[in-house]
Amino acid sequence: MWYVDEERLEHIAIGAGILGTGGGGNPYYGKLHVRRLLREGARIPVVSLDEVPDDALVVSVGGMGAPTVGIERIHRGDEPLVALRALEEHLGRWATHLIPGEIGGANSTRPMAISAMTGLPVIDADGMGRAFPELQMDTFAIYGVSSTPAALADIYHNVVLFPRLADALTLERYARAVTVQMGGAAGYAFPAMSGAEAKRTAVPMTLSLAEAAGAAVRRARREHADPVAAVLRVTGGQVVFRGKVIDVQRRLVAGFARGVVELDGLGDDRGSRMCIDFQNENLIARRDGDVVVVVPDLICLVDAETAEPVTTEVVRYGLRVAVLGIPAPALLKTPQALAVVGPAAFGYPGIEYRPLPGIYGGDRLVGERGGTEPSWPRSG
Amino acid sequence: MRIGIDVGGTNTDAVLLEGRDVISWAKRPTTPNVTDGIRAALQAVLSGTDVSLRDIGAVMIGTTHFTNAVVQRRELDRIAAVRLGLPATQAIPPLTDWPDELREAVAGLVRLLPGGHQFDGREIAPLDRAAVDQLIAELRAEGIDTVAVTAVFSPAVPDHERAIGAWLREALPGVNLTLSHEIGRLGLLERENAAALNACLTTLARRTISAFTRALAELGIEAPLYLSQNDGTLMAAGFAARYPVLTFASGPTNSMRGAAALSGIADAVVLDVGGTTTDGGVLVNGFPREASFEVEVGGVRTNFRMPDVVSVGLGGGSLVTADGGRVGPQSVGYRLTEEALIFGGRTLTASDIAVAAGRASFGDPARARSLPLDLVQRALAVIDGRLSELVDALKTSPDPVPVVVVGGGSVLVPDEIEGASVVVRPPYAEVANAIGAAIAQVSGEVDRVFSLEGRSRDAVLAEAKAEAERLAVEAGADPATMKVVEVDEIPLAYLPSTAVRVRVKAVGDLRGV
Repeated sequence: MWYVDEERLEHIAIGAGILGTGGGGNPYYGKLHVRRLLREGARIPVVSLDEVPDDALVVSVGGMGAPTVGIERIHRGDEPLVALRALEEHLGRWATHLIPGEIGGANSTRPMAISAMTGLPVIDADGMGRAFPELQMDTFAIYGVSSTPAALADIYHNVVLFPRLADALTLERYARAVTVQMGGAAGYAFPAMSGAEAKRTAVPMTLSLAEAAGAAVRRARREHADPVAAVLRVTGGQVVFRGKVIDVQRRLVAGFARGVVELDGLGDDRGSRMCIDFQNENLIARRDGDVVVVVPDLICLVDAETAEPVTTEVVRYGLRVAVLGIPAPALLKTPQALAVVGPAAFGYPGIEYRPLPGIYGGDRLVGERGGTEPSWPRSG
Repeated sequence: MRIGIDVGGTNTDAVLLEGRDVISWAKRPTTPNVTDGIRAALQAVLSGTDVSLRDIGAVMIGTTHFTNAVVQRRELDRIAAVRLGLPATQAIPPLTDWPDELREAVAGLVRLLPGGHQFDGREIAPLDRAAVDQLIAELRAEGIDTVAVTAVFSPAVPDHERAIGAWLREALPGVNLTLSHEIGRLGLLERENAAALNACLTTLARRTISAFTRALAELGIEAPLYLSQNDGTLMAAGFAARYPVLTFASGPTNSMRGAAALSGIADAVVLDVGGTTTDGGVLVNGFPREASFEVEVGGVRTNFRMPDVVSVGLGGGSLVTADGGRVGPQSVGYRLTEEALIFGGRTLTASDIAVAAGRASFGDPARARSLPLDLVQRALAVIDGRLSELVDALKTSPDPVPVVVVGGGSVLVPDEIEGASVVVRPPYAEVANAIGAAIAQVSGEVDRVFSLEGRSRDAVLAEAKAEAERLAVEAGADPATMKVVEVDEIPLAYLPSTAVRVRVKAVGDLRGV
């Protein structure tokens, strides 16, 4: 077990931004909330999956909705807690652990705020190892955890409970419709699962991964080393392209921001073009027409100098970026997972998923640390 | 004819322009009270010309005065920061991410009240008259007469900010109000920060702008006064007195726009060498490349669109150590003409080195000749190394790029820089900032969430463009020269409704100049 402190929180926010693969919402707002709670004396324990008893009641909590709403109508803060309470009431049991649904972006920090309010530990794992646009794309749903009962709560503490729906896709549709009525953003609590189910289905060590990635960036900036290389040493993967953004096309398709970012090569990539298709998150990277990175492998645009993540909402002409190709977590590479988060699921039936070489940083941490206390040296 | 003035930390420059032709220019030291320097520069630029004061159509001033006040935490008013958003937004109260010492210095009162709107225009909560009355009582008790009000989604629906503004004015005659929708874009915390900083500058802005106006009047200039904004466009003096925060990054923008106009080069690295710092930026199609991320001013995060500028502590007034091994970041600043060796002072500065090396000739060059040669060479190597590092950091490719050098300290720059294809010193480079201010246009900007319910995308875009153009005309633009320079359409992801965030900016030449 370890505790989130202000420094680790800063690191996690940076790392989660990068793992957001262009989407997932900005972790900045959740970070400020958690930082305030820490300054007020809150303790936020983090436990690894193997510290969770099989009969634990693990609940994923966080926020869902439009990032554009999130930056303007900042959350009340306790919406996921209200949803969690409703879920507990329905189940007739208290939750024992919280787990992030999505490490990439804003939902990396939201469970910490609920931990600060309840004292429940947060599990060092999540349901994606990155960010995805839809609920059925998390590993909990992919590997058979029931999506319902599920609860949503709004800024007025109105609660909508879904006792039973056919599947995660149905929940995605119904929850999305309710979220719009809730003002475009809501707190959620779902799915609820046993400790045994969490161990079987969650992507392990992803809070540690985000922390280590953020720490590496900060250290590299401080020491005037290359922050991009520092990130990759932690996450695994490689720079697949360096270039300048020369065009961004966006269009709205069924509620999702779809589009293409076009890059003109710089340095060793001079003379080449890269096109990246996105649907909130980056999906497919093509170099001079050849597919080089395919979802679920992570395609992350970061500022070429600072490794600051560049999201699909802010990407625009003239930015100089490094495109990172990071291998997906092993749990996203099975046939079962690829059916839901592979290229075909995003409307690219003609593109075959050919995994990037290497190992996802979180998976590697499991091998290296086998579990509990982070063993890397801490500064300060 | 128009006059452009740049008030820098070291010098106050003035140029007199007819169209784009420079009739005359002058450079005078910036004075601690700012106004005397402006008066001296104005007198100098007009003397020796046969220009009738009546022919001056407009005076434009670019100043870093307000930015410096925030950075140096001086002359800031105590304010109340009021947010309308309950029950939402409690997770992050106003001014949460400000540096502690700034928050403690200015935040007399921080309050979160019911109000604000949802993205689709519904009220989050109605305004609570009793809560506002309570606020009024607290303002009276604390003796605070300056208030920044920020309501959720006010750029789309400003009603609540206006309503509470009216109540406050009624109850507290003379209250100074900043309503966030008038200065900021979507992004609650950043807009709220900008509104609060603007409020902090109320007294200083009023005093400074009226001093500017008085200086013009005393010289018999009746032309309207404008101040330059972050994006290189102008605002009327009366407007600037209420929205000083909009001047924050005007300095670098003006110098880059001036460099583009003077050199005729649209794509280049621009180095603006001042008395204390060198600001480097990149010109793309004649406009400064914008910073890609939220820009902090004095440690406060804002979402103004600012030019992407890298500053190094190297300028004409930079102190040089006795062995020549270090140059800057300390500087004699505006005291250059008293303290530098070449002006009979006793401080070794970068200007003394430049004169000794024959890069420039001003002051008394004989005094510089007495410096040991090895000291001069060592200091030159330091200066040149810093400049080529800066150029390299700004470039978008390893290929050599044209480097345009402007600013009063531009004599420091050698004729060859590593990484530069050519070093261009356009005529009047010493006053590029003032020229950038003088040639600035006026703009109108819209940034709102529009509903596409029952109307076409084209109709929404047309409405946004018309409103941006209307705002530009209100700001003084000539409708005949109006151009929509930016249209940005951002769908609201994850909302299967039909809302879209539209950002439009229209720009035109100033009418009647």
